[in-house]
Amino acid sequence: MTDTPVTEAPFVPSFDEPAEGGRKLAIICSKGTLDMAYPGLILGNSALGEGIETHLFFTFWGFDMINKKTQGNLKATILGNPAMHMPQGLGGIPGMTHLATSQLKKAIAELDIPEVPDFLDQIVASGGHLWACRLSADMNHLTEADLRDDIEGIISASDFIEMTAGAQLLFI
Amino acid sequence: MPTTTIAGTQVEVNEEGFLSNPADWTQELGAEFARLINVEMTDEHWKLVTFLREDYKAMGETPTLRRVSTQLGLPVKQLFTMFPGKPAKKMSYVAGVPKPKGCV
Repeated sequence: MTDTPVTEAPFVPSFDEPAEGGRKLAIICSKGTLDMAYPGLILGNSALGEGIETHLFFTFWGFDMINKKTQGNLKATILGNPAMHMPQGLGGIPGMTHLATSQLKKAIAELDIPEVPDFLDQIVASGGHLWACRLSADMNHLTEADLRDDIEGIISASDFIEMTAGAQLLFI
Repeated sequence: MPTTTIAGTQVEVNEEGFLSNPADWTQELGAEFARLINVEMTDEHWKLVTFLREDYKAMGETPTLRRVSTQLGLPVKQLFTMFPGKPAKKMSYVAGVPKPKGCV
């Protein structure tokens, strides 16, 4: 910003401050239920919106979020989740999982929040990096062909540790 | 509320530097805001600014990046090219509306 002797520099928001430069976030998505898919996506998306380099690492049940066959069919259940404030005994009744899932989907859609596959599209479009866990792939006999095309690679735990040097880590 | 001088006019800004009153906005101010944050305005950029201001008025809040993308049919990737780094905040600043509160 150049200052002339007569006028002082205007007060402008600092969008490109050095403090943000170099900040890196890695989110480990280890869950395959609909309710637990969203925290990683929402935080990842917000970080990208702040210009932060963001990596999402899918492992274990999180593979369901990036597996072409399952990514559009994640479910939510009340079973084992007393925080949903429903009697646990109801959870095993046929149709209850479907009910819980569609109620959650409706609530999410009402807020204009995209479904998991579209949300991942937006995250990649915003510069996010998607990675899959080698061990989970091996355990489930899955390859690149089973996963979204925008997964950058199937990597090992040590690759992940190297890649996230200096990064803030979030385990979901 | 601090005031600052932009393009020769005294304007009221909030603690972050965003325009306090969207009603104070003029095209000249918008152009200067863009210049101050190194954004080169094209017709596409102005289309975005117009939408932001209209939607802010209609909905009572600044649209999120996703809403801008879906309402205008502009891919999110393009929004990141037009306003690099922090697109939602930068375009809100240029348009003289508050930064969006929504999450997606």
